[in-house]
Order: sequence, then C-alpha cells, then structure tokens
Amino acid sequence: MENRVIEINVQKKLVSAHGTMLLHIKASICQGELAVLFGESGAGKTTLLRMIAGLTSPDSGVIKVGDSIWFHSDVNINKTPQQRNIGFVFQDYALFPNMSVYENIIFGQKQKNKAHALDLINKFGLAEFTHRMPEKLSGGQKQRVALARALARKPDFLLLDEPLSALDSNFRTSLQNEILKAHSITNATTLLVSHDLTEVFRLAQKVIKIENGKITAIGKPDDIFLNNQISGKVQITGNIVKIQKQDTFYLLTVVTGMNQIVKVTAYDNEIHDLAEGDKIMVFSKAFNPLIMKVQN
Amino acid sequence: MPTPFIETLILTAKLATYTTCILLIVGLPLSYFMAYSRFRLKPVLEALVSMPLVLPPSVIGYYILVAYSPNHWFGGFLDTVFDVRLAFTFEGILIASVVFSVPFMVQPLINGFRAIPQNLREASYTLGKSKTATFFRVLLPNIKPSLVTAIALTFAHCIGEFGIILMVGGNMPGETRVASIAIYDEVQALNFEAANQYALILFLISFIVLTLIYTINRKQNSWRIV
Repeated sequence: MENRVIEINVQKKLVSAHGTMLLHIKASICQGELAVLFGESGAGKTTLLRMIAGLTSPDSGVIKVGDSIWFHSDVNINKTPQQRNIGFVFQDYALFPNMSVYENIIFGQKQKNKAHALDLINKFGLAEFTHRMPEKLSGGQKQRVALARALARKPDFLLLDEPLSALDSNFRTSLQNEILKAHSITNATTLLVSHDLTEVFRLAQKVIKIENGKITAIGKPDDIFLNNQISGKVQITGNIVKIQKQDTFYLLTVVTGMNQIVKVTAYDNEIHDLAEGDKIMVFSKAFNPLIMKVQN
Repeated sequence: MPTPFIETLILTAKLATYTTCILLIVGLPLSYFMAYSRFRLKPVLEALVSMPLVLPPSVIGYYILVAYSPNHWFGGFLDTVFDVRLAFTFEGILIASVVFSVPFMVQPLINGFRAIPQNLREASYTLGKSKTATFFRVLLPNIKPSLVTAIALTFAHCIGEFGIILMVGGNMPGETRVASIAIYDEVQALNFEAANQYALILFLISFIVLTLIYTINRKQNSWRIV
C-alpha cells in the first residue's frame, strides 16, 4: 500500500470576536490513524479541518497527502474539495433534505453502486430508515446517515467536525462506537474535531491539542492529559454563587460547568480571599472516595 | 378566425408564457451568481436588476423604443444585418417585457438560493460533485417554493403589463394588443362591456396566481432544511 502520510503546514490569519489570531499548524497524520483535534472553541480546529477539505484556503503553507500536493501557496496549487478524496461530516450533518437516506448515500458515491450503499445502510443500522427523509430522523440517526454518506465515496481521509456535539450524552457513547466502526470499515485516515475529553479518550490514537491557533501538544491521550487533567484526585470547577456563614464554618454554594449545584464547607483560613462570583476548584484525593454507579 | 377578444387573450398568454420561459433560463444562472458571488461591482448589477421596480414603465419603454429605432446603433444593427425592426412588433414587446420583469424572477430566486445553508453546497462538493451537479441536484430541488413563486410572479406580472407595452408596441390587434391595453382601448371607446370582460379575466388570473403562491409559501414554513 502506498504511503499516504498527511503533512500539514499552514498559516492563516483569522478574524474573530476576540481580535485577530494567527493560525499556524504543523502536523502530520499517519495512514489509517484516528487523530483527534482537541481544543477550546475558537482555537481554530474547524478552520483547520476546512482547510484540509479545501473549503477554506490557507494564507500560506503546504498540505500534502503522500506524494500528492493538495495545497501549496508557493506554486499556486489549491485543489478543489472535489479533487481531494475526502469524506466530511459536518457538525449539523448537512443531509440533503430533498433526498431520502438511501438517495443521500447514493449521491455520495462516485459510481452508483446499490449493493455498497445498502451495505453501508446495514452497517450503520439504518435499514428501517432507508427510504425516510432526513427531516423525519432523530439527531443520532442523522449523524449515522452523515457518516455513511461520507464513506460512500470511499475516501482516503475522513474529516469529522464535532459530529457528536449536538447530541445527548446518552447517544454519544453509541455513536462513538459508530465512528470507530466507520474508521475500521474503511481504514481511512480520520481526523475528528472535539472539545470533549471523553470522546478523546474513547476514540483517539493520537491527540493534536490546539490552543489559540497553535499546536501545544501532540501524542497519545494518556501522555498529553496525564499531567494536569488526570491525576489521583476528583475535581470540580465552578463559580461561587453564595457564601453563608454557619457557626464555625462557611457554606459555599457552587455552580459547576455542568450546571450542577454543589454545597461545600469552608473554614476561615480558606474563605478569606474568596468572594461570590469567584471561580474555584473543589477536589478530593483519590483515597477512599465514595463511588456509585450512575443508572442511565 | 378567432374573435378579437380571444385573439387578444391568446396573445396576452403567449407573451406571458414566452417571457416567463426566457426569464427562467436567464434568471436561474443570474440569480445563482448574484446569490453567491462576491465580486466588487455586484451592487451595480443588483441595482440594474431592481431598476424596473422603481422606474416608471414609460422611462424604460422610452429607452427601449429609442434603441429599436433604425437610427440607433442597436436598431440599425438589427435592421442592416438581420433586416429586423422590433418597434411595434410582438418580438419587440417580448424583449421589453423580459427586461421589465427581470426582478420578479430574479429576486425570489436569489432569496431561495441564499436561504440554503452553505454547508449543503459544501457537503456536495466534499462528495466530489461539481458545481453544476450541485446546482441541479441539491440547490434547485431545495428552492422549489422560490422557483414556483418566481414563475408565478413573473407570469402574473407579465399578464398585467401595460405602460411598457404601450410605449414599445402600441396597440396593434394580433401583434401587440394585449389584454391590459385592450381594456384601455375599450374604455376610450366607451365600450364598457368589453372592458369589463378583459378586466374580470385579468383580475381572476392574478387572484388565482397569488393564492397559489401563498398556499405554497405556507407549506414552506413547515418545510425546513435539516
């Protein structure tokens, strides 16, 4: 099999609500790898994905897949999305509303191949929806159709733009499996955008962490996140919404990022520099925590 | 030999049908271009296309009539090269009618194209489909309501055109005498009964066409892109 390492070295000036930012990405992804682009929203993940797909042009740089050059600013090469053999799954799926599930998938094929389309439909558990229109599908079903459609072209490179962000967390786990399935069916090199750590750990063989338009880390999920986010403690960050004084201690009401309300106690020595509205971290050491299975 | 009444109605329908067909062929690529292109002189093009909405028909009619004159370079060219004179002919009012109805075709189509999420086009491109294939298989089917609106509006507007036809075509039975002009003519002749027949038919056609448009647009509200 020919070597199709994807090499990316691009720059683009992005104008956002926070001013301009220089996106400068230099990375390579190996043939068949499932890599996740991880970072906060606004870090430039989606723009990078769009540049690889040919939907947005970098200001300068090179995008190379194996020996074929997709973008090269010095020699004015910029292949159109049609010329790059990719599959792209959009955040909101972008299914064609005028086509049924089957027609959406057939549309994605280079040459009409009914057997292959039906095979994809079966693999993604869509058999009963074959002739249903997209508006009559749930979010999870749409996502599976979008995945199947992206694979219909037999792409070398599968690009997924936060494909799970619009879904309930219950759905996510099963759809993460679908993505793993999509990856194993085609063995297409896959690049997925995410800001969800669970997703990163379930899916990524390689993580490319982007902050403010720059890559700050590349590696296996364990290696990258072991130092800070993951350690021998349980932690919650949130904002203090109320401080109440009890007899000898204070009661803090904290709203977490997950919109969960937590009440914790604090003593004089801890409270002296805290005020309502402050962002705090509450954590407990890994020794002897209480653990309970959560029923879905 | 049809009666003058039937002849006038047939001529009116013919003018409106031809105008609508020509504008559909010209208007689809034009509105596609205007909906998505970002070229610098686009505001000028947009203004030109919308001119018939604000200018009196007599102004446009006057310019077209002048252009048709054999003394004008355009009219002279047609006269010497093709031996064609357009003033006071059916072909002449057809061209005038096409020019004058451009915004009625193009505006709804532009709105339709712009309402389609950008990522539908992009999805089609990433699936390897050309711009042409995307146009016919993704964009057109998804602007059906706008397409129907544009066709119906253009047709209805053509049926009712008066000023520009009178300027360019005059009132020649079987050639340029359309229903709206016949009404004017019959009223001038104090022939109110005939005027009434024409007027009633125009009224009904416009009413039916507009009802059709609103019915379709109501369906469009429950119809959404996913």
